[in-house]
Amino acid sequence: MRDLRGAAHLLVVDDNKVNRLLLARSLEIQGHHVALAENGRVALELLRREVFDLVLLDMEMPEMDGFQVLEQLVNDRHLHDLPVIVTSSLEGIDNVVRCIELGAEDYLAKPVNPVLLKARIGASLEKKRLRDQQKQLVRRFATPEVAQDLQNSGFSLGGKRVHASVMFSDIRSFTTLAESQPPEETIDLLNTYYALMFDAISSHGGVVTLMMGDGLMSVFGAPMPLPNHEEQAVRAAQEMVEMIVLFNLERAAADKTPITIGIGIASGEMVAGYAGTNERATYTCIGDIVNLAARLETHTKVVQRAILIDRATRSALGERVEVEALGPVPFKGKTAAVEVFSVSPGQKR
Amino acid sequence: MTAPTIDRATFDALKATTGDDFALELVDTFLQEAPAMLDALRDGLAAQDADKFRRAAHSLKSNSNTFGAFALAAMARELELAGAANVAANGAPSLEALGQEYARVAAALGALRHA
Repeated sequence: MRDLRGAAHLLVVDDNKVNRLLLARSLEIQGHHVALAENGRVALELLRREVFDLVLLDMEMPEMDGFQVLEQLVNDRHLHDLPVIVTSSLEGIDNVVRCIELGAEDYLAKPVNPVLLKARIGASLEKKRLRDQQKQLVRRFATPEVAQDLQNSGFSLGGKRVHASVMFSDIRSFTTLAESQPPEETIDLLNTYYALMFDAISSHGGVVTLMMGDGLMSVFGAPMPLPNHEEQAVRAAQEMVEMIVLFNLERAAADKTPITIGIGIASGEMVAGYAGTNERATYTCIGDIVNLAARLETHTKVVQRAILIDRATRSALGERVEVEALGPVPFKGKTAAVEVFSVSPGQKR
Repeated sequence: MTAPTIDRATFDALKATTGDDFALELVDTFLQEAPAMLDALRDGLAAQDADKFRRAAHSLKSNSNTFGAFALAAMARELELAGAANVAANGAPSLEALGQEYARVAAALGALRHA
């Protein structure tokens, strides 16, 4: 990858040794790191093994020519964003047009003028930098899973039915805690808390879909299906509680009050997808199951337990996790009382 | 043929942009590789292997331009455009003429190398 001085990792693909050496020399003089490949097949092998910033591709080559390389790159999920500058002495404008249509970023006639080469490479790398930045932005405000889903299937409002587990979690008496300390300290606390919780959630295949103050909503099983999502969600919850125990040791050492969290999990069918407007939307899950998970989380305060789950989640766990039945609870907005189960937090796997 | 065997301005520009030592090494590489290209042209023509013939002509054209061997480059380009099947019909230069021009280029590059 590019370092701070703007040196890029480039791949030169040309079957002709003189061309290869000459191009590599020009690029090295410009401060870049260069790898060489003598045909398309070797180039693709290298591209799938190492990370490059840009490819300079000849067209006329034995074994696999430049057109075939361009076709393969376009259809490769990991490589289709890689900028390619075609350097060739192709005869016929239609061949040049074909390169561009196949996704080449630019075309430079051979012998390549070093000044032009420098300008084109600079422009290509800058465009790539902007694209990378954009992707990173999407990843920061969505999740890697949602970002990937967006990249693969594009954006459209609306949802699809999925089987998943939803988790709500928050810090108990957060408002009291926030009022007792300066806001800067609360932000620090939240950031550490988020980092710990995100880690536990995503390491079990969960996706955080909503952050509100100290509250988090996560889904296990969407946008990508997740086998065993009920148990994954419960394991994540246990890890979250363990993390808070460790975090509290640190806080105690710094003479700060410990925090406790409450987690509610429910499983079943729900609708997952993008809600909002075309300008501003969020990935979310909607359905009775989601409401139930939120109610379970609120109920942790009433029964003074860390993790509460519904019957569907409990059934999927089998005997692998120790669970205590707390009996039916009449939740607001539910016609029938709901069976509630408590998961012991500190259980080792 | 009005084009010079080696265009000095092009050759000097190559040396200036890549460095004298590198340019001379590149000459050596070309002199090592070019005979194989000439062979590939002859084989491609004899076997009527259009791809092999076109690629060899293309490489020779490209390299000749790099060193300012514009007459050789022009001949190679005509062969590339004519193709193995149409060399005779299209009035493209014969491979003998191409070989003679290459010999002049090799001699001129050799002289520049020791200049």
